[in-house]
Amino acid sequence: MSVVYKKSKMLTNVPLNYCPGCTHGIVHKLVAETLEEINAEGNVIGIAPVGCAVFAYDFFNCDMQQVAHGRAPACATGIKRCNPDKIVFAYQGDGDIASIGTAEIVHAAARGENFTVVFINNAIYGMTGGQMAPTTLVGQKTTTSPFGRGKMQGNPIKLTEMLATLDGPSYLARVSVSDPANVRKAKKAIKKAFENQVNGKGFSMVEVLSTCPTNWHMTPVQALDFVKNEMTKVFPLGVYKDC
Amino acid sequence: MKVLMKGNEAIAEAAVRAGCRAFFGYPITPQNEIPEYFSRRMPEVGGVFVQAESEVSAINMVYGAAGSGARVMTSSSSPGISLKQEGISYICAAELPCVIVNMVRGGPGLGGILPAQSDYFQAVKGGGHGDYRMLVYGPSTVQEAVDIMYEAFDKADKYRIPVMILGDGVLGQIMEAIELPEMVDIQTIPKKEWATDGTGVGESRRVINTLKIKPEVLEEVNNRLADKYKSLSKHEVRYEQYRTEDAEIIFVAYGTVARISKSAVDTLRDKGIKAGLFRPITLYPFPSDPLLSLSKLRSSKKFLAIELSMGQMVEDVRLAVNGNKPVDFFGKVGGIIITPDDIVNYVIKEK
Amino acid sequence: MSTIYIDKELCKGCAVCVSFCPLKLINMSDHDVNASGYAIAEMNSDSCTACAICAMMCPDSAITVVKEDKK
Repeated sequence: MSVVYKKSKMLTNVPLNYCPGCTHGIVHKLVAETLEEINAEGNVIGIAPVGCAVFAYDFFNCDMQQVAHGRAPACATGIKRCNPDKIVFAYQGDGDIASIGTAEIVHAAARGENFTVVFINNAIYGMTGGQMAPTTLVGQKTTTSPFGRGKMQGNPIKLTEMLATLDGPSYLARVSVSDPANVRKAKKAIKKAFENQVNGKGFSMVEVLSTCPTNWHMTPVQALDFVKNEMTKVFPLGVYKDC
Repeated sequence: MKVLMKGNEAIAEAAVRAGCRAFFGYPITPQNEIPEYFSRRMPEVGGVFVQAESEVSAINMVYGAAGSGARVMTSSSSPGISLKQEGISYICAAELPCVIVNMVRGGPGLGGILPAQSDYFQAVKGGGHGDYRMLVYGPSTVQEAVDIMYEAFDKADKYRIPVMILGDGVLGQIMEAIELPEMVDIQTIPKKEWATDGTGVGESRRVINTLKIKPEVLEEVNNRLADKYKSLSKHEVRYEQYRTEDAEIIFVAYGTVARISKSAVDTLRDKGIKAGLFRPITLYPFPSDPLLSLSKLRSSKKFLAIELSMGQMVEDVRLAVNGNKPVDFFGKVGGIIITPDDIVNYVIKEK
Repeated sequence: MSTIYIDKELCKGCAVCVSFCPLKLINMSDHDVNASGYAIAEMNSDSCTACAICAMMCPDSAITVVKEDKK
């Protein structure tokens, strides 16, 4: 008998505190497996955001910093510039990266900072109880857009496309974890984003379309279907920059 | 050997000599010579210079760098320091060492670009959210600023606290002949075992975190910080006294204003008025005890706090003097500098 | 025999594995709950091929997959 799949050693033994079916756990796993595969153990500094993933500092088996809301790319810049030989990654949600921290991500990308960003887009503020996010779909109901996101509440920000207009980034991709085939693709993209860093190619970001079953008021499986059928219409999957 | 240097540049060079190898900042007058100097100097010493997209980003770059063990600093001026307050609160909570220079300009709002001392409250009472303090110095001359900067990184490391140098446009722009300290061998700086340098895994994993959901844990953090501030009060208070032994009127002033007040003391003495100067060098911890002692002297009749503000430090002077003697205030704002004659005339008029 | 082991205490009963198992070999237990009160997933078949899709989709890394070595 041989073990063909088990929990990555780059995750700690602390049980994840995410809601049942939340895909943060899948993405954590993909990041951890990637770190393991590129032999980064003992050579990584991760950054936890503000939001549901704030507790990521408990989950990744590496040195971790938790930073103020939206400031992860600035923090990562400080770390990576002073520790160019270390693998540095920022793990951010949509409110963190595409609302309060827009300046930080745009400028880190423009400078082509040599670190990796994993951006979880689930179109909602999860931790605070389901408020409208910068990536909430038009018409989507949240606790602060109870009648559905309307005209005067802004349109979804397509951050990956925005960053693709810059000369700084090396790799920008949008993936989803809605089903096994897409999880495999997501893993590939995340691995590439980390390998780019190892090879000194500069800024890489992977946007992962994810779920929030709790605040979407759906079962985990329904939520995965929503990603596949609705979110990808607004946020098309694909590689937006690769150089 | 003495060299002639502008205050801002001298401060930057002193930081390099103290082993600072990372600077993150954003342009704002009147401190621009600091980032400009670092942008030339850091490449020479293998250091890091990044012009950030905002003061908010700059202070968070400091957070990341400090957390990973670097000797790091930032500089700004009043409106920029307001923007940094979020990051400073996090830095205090995470107990990270760094140095922050504030070349104060007049406010509120965008204010002006001329010298002021109107950020005293912000500097010494915390400034951002939560219960915290910084170690705050108010140097009076370029040489003193250089010497304080040279020590500041050691103090920051020792207490794992941000150290603020509170200057103003005069200190930043004036040129003075100064003695620069020796270059520190950065290999001799003690290693920070708590820092997230990337080597952590499993049991050796280090986490820099300011989220303390459990009330008992947050209480413990606040208690630990309070102990740190007590320790600062015990070991780090610095001040200078000038002709206070028999003084009847004692000026209390810091920074640029202290220099001016010193001249006023001499002029008043020549006129037969026994004046003296008490100059806090650390603004937090404030030298309350020596001020209290002065207030108990039979010779001292009155204190006069002199500031480039509408009266901020004067509150700490009143707390220290504790009603033993009257405490008056004389100040100017808007970037208008107080002259020795202003002080002399004020004293004679009020006598 | 290839099979999966579900860490009972890590499972949150989200049923994502149930939905994605290509052979529909996993079901939610109708009697077993863990210490957190979640009804848990269980494997009740000896037909598992160790394709590991369930483990890949499990958000809580609760599933370990073992494959029978070829003779």
